[in-house]
Amino acid sequence: MKEDLVFNLDHGYAEGLCRGFRSGILKSTDYHNLVQCETLEDLRLHLQSTDYGNFLSNESNPLTVNVIDDRLREKIVQEFQHLRNISYEPLSTFLDYITYGYMIDNIVLLITGTLHQRAIGDLLPRCHPLGSFEQLGAITVADTPAQLYTAVLVDTPLAPYFIDCISEHDLDELNVEIIRSTLYKAYLEDFYNFCKNLGGVTAEVMCEILAFEADRRAFMITINSFDTGLTQDDRAKLYPTCGHLHPDGLQELRRTDNYEGVRDVASRYPQYKVLFDGSGTNTGDKTIEDRFFEHEVKLNMNAFLRQFHFGIFYAYLKLKEQENRNIIWIAECISQKHRARIDNYIPIF
Amino acid sequence: MTTSYLSKGALSAGVGLTIYAGLTYMLTNYGFRFDIGWFLLSISPYQWALIGIALAVSLSVLGAALGIFATGVSILGGGVKAPRIRTKNLISIIMCEAVAIYGLIMGIVISGSITSFMTTKPEELALKYRAGYKLFGAGLTVGLCNLFCGVCVGLVGSGAALADAQNSSLFVRILIIEIFASAIGLFGLIVSILQSNGANMSD
Repeated sequence: MKEDLVFNLDHGYAEGLCRGFRSGILKSTDYHNLVQCETLEDLRLHLQSTDYGNFLSNESNPLTVNVIDDRLREKIVQEFQHLRNISYEPLSTFLDYITYGYMIDNIVLLITGTLHQRAIGDLLPRCHPLGSFEQLGAITVADTPAQLYTAVLVDTPLAPYFIDCISEHDLDELNVEIIRSTLYKAYLEDFYNFCKNLGGVTAEVMCEILAFEADRRAFMITINSFDTGLTQDDRAKLYPTCGHLHPDGLQELRRTDNYEGVRDVASRYPQYKVLFDGSGTNTGDKTIEDRFFEHEVKLNMNAFLRQFHFGIFYAYLKLKEQENRNIIWIAECISQKHRARIDNYIPIF
Repeated sequence: MTTSYLSKGALSAGVGLTIYAGLTYMLTNYGFRFDIGWFLLSISPYQWALIGIALAVSLSVLGAALGIFATGVSILGGGVKAPRIRTKNLISIIMCEAVAIYGLIMGIVISGSITSFMTTKPEELALKYRAGYKLFGAGLTVGLCNLFCGVCVGLVGSGAALADAQNSSLFVRILIIEIFASAIGLFGLIVSILQSNGANMSD
């Protein structure tokens, strides 16, 4: 109760602003208008009447999907960085934690790009701006994870997550994905503990969302590793332990080796049973990734139902990203004139 | 609640000393020295009355301040993307301000009853002490009631501003909640006036 009293002192303005941004998220009527567009010009016109306004007005014709993607991302980065600039502690640390996920993606992007002999000048613009840090450009110099750590990452906030990854193996394709999963596991568990220590409503809301994220990663790692050379023990090292599946579900997942086995594990947990039941691997069904996205959207929407907590900032960023994915999906369907599955976006409101 | 070792140590040291002092008094037959009645009588009734005024005004203002900052910040934040809420939501601020005014009124009413007395007769002195306690009680009542009322109106007003920014039909409904919250401050004012009635300090 004490947190309710003094929350507004430091974070009231940021919360009000974030809720204002949230009211600009596209509604189902906006999506109806967007799917009926014939060209990308129509799309631009319809987006002008929403909260996006004239964000595409300076683009030269012809409009491409890549340009729309860049402008959408720019807008969300601008909003997030404004919130970060006006925030006080501990909200600032919370928002920093959110950016660490993007830093991990950027590091993996650069390492993979270097392995494919791309120039650093091509790769840096493709990095996500929220995950940029000073030493980002120096990553291409390293050959092994140990070098990467000692030369580049030891001063960044990601240093504690790298402890598990240091090995003398060279950075190659498979290793890089394992590094990404290990880093993300450490980051997710650290974020979960941080939210738990914050306590109050923030802990309740965020721990729910992060537990689902952890379980989703465990499921996806299992499903995606069936035909690769990843052994069961290696796979088990990549499962985050902060979800509902820990410890029994993760043990079961370790031993499965087909999709039906994963389904059986999920059927022991009522919230995941529902998700797996509604999905399938046939062409007409929703895939399990779509169901996971839908569930994530539902959890993020619920975060806005409570006041005086930090979860709304995380939820807003994730909902905005989902909206961006939706708009790009619709734009791709329009530009390739393949309108059969244009309705497969994830509705938010 | 996280308490550090320092505060735990200080607390247990304090409790230990109190028990030691109490046992010493009791076991050495000097228990009569621990005299609450003497302590109360040696505090002048003026002290009680004036602390009552201080509590009335300061706690009311504290409640109003907590309420106004809680609401004001939400109006600012919500008003960035929904500028139409800015004027309508000032009603919440006015209701918080009313809480501070109740405290001011009671402060004036209580201070009007304070006059000097010269008597030394015990039966008349008793009446002066009674007046002092009544005024202290009146001030404490209105101060604490307004503190909680102000905080309550402020938090509800913050929710009202953010809800209004999303959907303008919600504002009037949440305003009804605020009116109920404001009523509890009024209860404090009424009881406090009844308490300070008849507190006569003159000879």
